[in-house]
Amino acid sequence: MADTPISVLDAPTRPSPGADVVVITAHPQMEHSRINRRLMRAARRLPATESSPLIVVRDLYSLYPDYLIDVAEEQALLASAKLIVWQHPIHWYSMPPLMKLWLDDVLAFGWAYGPGGIALRGKDLWLVATTGGPEESYQPTSYNRYFFSDFLPPYEQTANLCGLRFLPPLILHGAHRAEDAEVEAHLAVYAQRLASYPNWPELDELLYELPALIPEDARPDEDSDDASDPPRLASQGAD
Amino acid sequence: MEHGSWLTGTLVYLAAAVIAVPLARFLGLGSIIGYLAGGILIGPWGLKFVTNPQDMLHFSEFGVVLMLFLVGLELEPKRLWQLRKPIFGWGSVQLFGSAALMLGVGMLFGMDWRIALVAALGLAMSSTAIGLGVLGERGLMNTTSGQGVLSVSLLQDVAAIPILALLPLLALSHEKAEGSAWVSAAKAIGVIAIIVFGGRLLIRPALRWIARSATPEIFTAASLLLVVATAALMQTVGLSMALGAFLAGVLLAESEYRRELETDIEPFKGLLLGLFFIAVGMSIDFAVVMARPLLIAGIVFGFLLVKAVVLWGMGRGMPLPKPERPVFIILLAQGGEFGFVVFQTAAGADVIDAPTASLLVAAVAISMLVTPLLLVAADKWLIPLLAGQAKKKSNIEELHDPQHQAVIIAGFGRYGQVVGRMLYANGIKPTVLDVDAEQIEAMRRFGWPVFYGDATRLDMMRTAGAATARVLVLAIDDVAQSIEVAKMVRENFPDLTIVARARNVQHYFELHDLGVEMIERETLDSALMSARSVLEQLGWERHQARTLALRFRRHNVDQLAKMAPHRKDEAKLIAAAKQGRQQLESLFAQERDEAAKREARVGWSDDADTRGAPAIENETATSKAPTLT
Repeated sequence: MADTPISVLDAPTRPSPGADVVVITAHPQMEHSRINRRLMRAARRLPATESSPLIVVRDLYSLYPDYLIDVAEEQALLASAKLIVWQHPIHWYSMPPLMKLWLDDVLAFGWAYGPGGIALRGKDLWLVATTGGPEESYQPTSYNRYFFSDFLPPYEQTANLCGLRFLPPLILHGAHRAEDAEVEAHLAVYAQRLASYPNWPELDELLYELPALIPEDARPDEDSDDASDPPRLASQGAD
Repeated sequence: MEHGSWLTGTLVYLAAAVIAVPLARFLGLGSIIGYLAGGILIGPWGLKFVTNPQDMLHFSEFGVVLMLFLVGLELEPKRLWQLRKPIFGWGSVQLFGSAALMLGVGMLFGMDWRIALVAALGLAMSSTAIGLGVLGERGLMNTTSGQGVLSVSLLQDVAAIPILALLPLLALSHEKAEGSAWVSAAKAIGVIAIIVFGGRLLIRPALRWIARSATPEIFTAASLLLVVATAALMQTVGLSMALGAFLAGVLLAESEYRRELETDIEPFKGLLLGLFFIAVGMSIDFAVVMARPLLIAGIVFGFLLVKAVVLWGMGRGMPLPKPERPVFIILLAQGGEFGFVVFQTAAGADVIDAPTASLLVAAVAISMLVTPLLLVAADKWLIPLLAGQAKKKSNIEELHDPQHQAVIIAGFGRYGQVVGRMLYANGIKPTVLDVDAEQIEAMRRFGWPVFYGDATRLDMMRTAGAATARVLVLAIDDVAQSIEVAKMVRENFPDLTIVARARNVQHYFELHDLGVEMIERETLDSALMSARSVLEQLGWERHQARTLALRFRRHNVDQLAKMAPHRKDEAKLIAAAKQGRQQLESLFAQERDEAAKREARVGWSDDADTRGAPAIENETATSKAPTLT
């Protein structure tokens, strides 16, 4: 619950229990957004049918304008989901700050990773992002100097550490100048993908990786003085 | 003092005060009428416990002296200088205007001009004690009318000096030589100079020395001594004791001992002033009153009327807000303690004879007795009427052109103003309604288009555009009216979103019950900002303090929603509140505990940071998750 008027801000996104897909969207200036706003609406307006998954959209900047994330509620939503979507613009080669705070707070040690941190294991993570720069700018000869995929390892490794399968991202480059037709096509792909999850043709080819093993002394253990809590990380990684 | 034993006297006076004053206050009449009534009751015309009130009158006049000392203490010379215009301007208009009119009336009735002059000057005086007492009791000291009463009273105090000095010159048989007047004038100036320079140069160091002795009762004694000495000094040269005390007070107003002096003198002043009023009550000579009741009534009515006319003119000229005028007029129209002094001095100097003096004293005393009753009457009938008129008759027109803005703000006080300014800053022009004519005028001077309009009226809200507006900011500070508006809007304009200010939790619940969703308690956020500052001062990191305050706020708001169903059942409400508090306290305590443990471990494994990036990366992430799920 946001800390300002309880019911209003949350009203459009009141979490439905047991949603299959949780879309986490973040745009610090949603009012100026051209693509991300429409992506968010597309996800919200998907008709609920027998075969389509139940989708919940979390607009972080509208839910938490004061940057106070309701960790319990976010975790409860994720726990029942099968697919987690991160939908946001790429700012400074990374995610918007509130989204990062969401990661810091929600993907907690002992819940999402680390000893006992298996809440997200076996779920899918899908990055749906836009960039300002055109695709051509993402190469060694242009001003962004790297291929876009070179900026993705932090995402991939975050997914890996939580036991999430990192699905191929859906990226729209040059979002400012994209033609209407291009945008419409992009939105259509997005909606179609959401509606048909988990029946994507390429899913079967993507394997779940084993989460990287965190050595026990990498982080001071929360309950290291508790002898009944043996290091289970290695054995649990193998499910 | 009374002939009986000192103990009996004390017993009678204290008992009279202790019984009569609470009774009078209970009846809504104010403490002064209680003292007066107590005096009449125990006096020679009542139960005859005291038969010679004059001694007590003299003794208790000292209460007036102490009061003026305190008035002086409150008045820094700077403020006095700022008030010079109202004091010498409006004060003179009141005193000399009323006196001249009364002199004329007296001479029309064929009175000797000397007697008429003495009567006029004495009756023109007003009771500083009652005036300032009532202002204090009603919290009106800082209003325009309060400042008006104070200025006029101060001028009367100042003017009393020359009046009392000149009275003997009116005597039928001139005995005093011209020379002695000059001598006494020189003496008077000398004494005032002594007080002014002594106050500056001697009294402060002396007080410092006494304060260092760290004997509280001696400081009290010194405070009293200071006032008594000043008064005595003034009296030796035939000046007003009260004026001397006032001067001493002003001189000490800027000293570091102002507060101590005030608290030390205050109880003495209160008791002595009470005694003074008891004595005035006792001194009313009912023989004279009984013998010529019509004459007395005529004098009282006549002088009150004349003074009221002058004061009414002043009220218009100043100008005072209409609803404040009745109190201003009533407080200054009555006679006062300086009147007693003037008549006694005049009688002593054979300017007027004893029966005349008695008549005039009785008239003044009766006017003082009537004043509280007049105030009650004005409160009941006149002021509400004028307040109503002020709303309608002031040059602020009621809103009558239909408005079509997206936002309506009802109530443009401290709360509504901030909302309005923020909206204006963002290019939104709300329709602003308020019912306080003064407030509206003030706001308009600052360039805010505020309409006069009562938001509780359906037709007014229609005109303000409630049917088409999107948001109503309900910022009225009166809880009952706020509820009334919310109810009316919910019934008649269900599409209009209400953003409401709640004065307190009960108000919040009532609005909540009406279906208002956006309610802010008016002090919650500023109090939380202060709480953040406290945590910061105690060493919390600023960002941590912010997060804790936000989480506290969320918990608090959630808690309020949980408590809403129990709000009529106090026991359950308290239980729910306690439980909520405990939950939050134990949650925060647990987190502090874990943070402390974590810190201890990090300290221990300081060199571990090269081994696992995520561990260090996520170190800042608190462990809210395990405790909350």
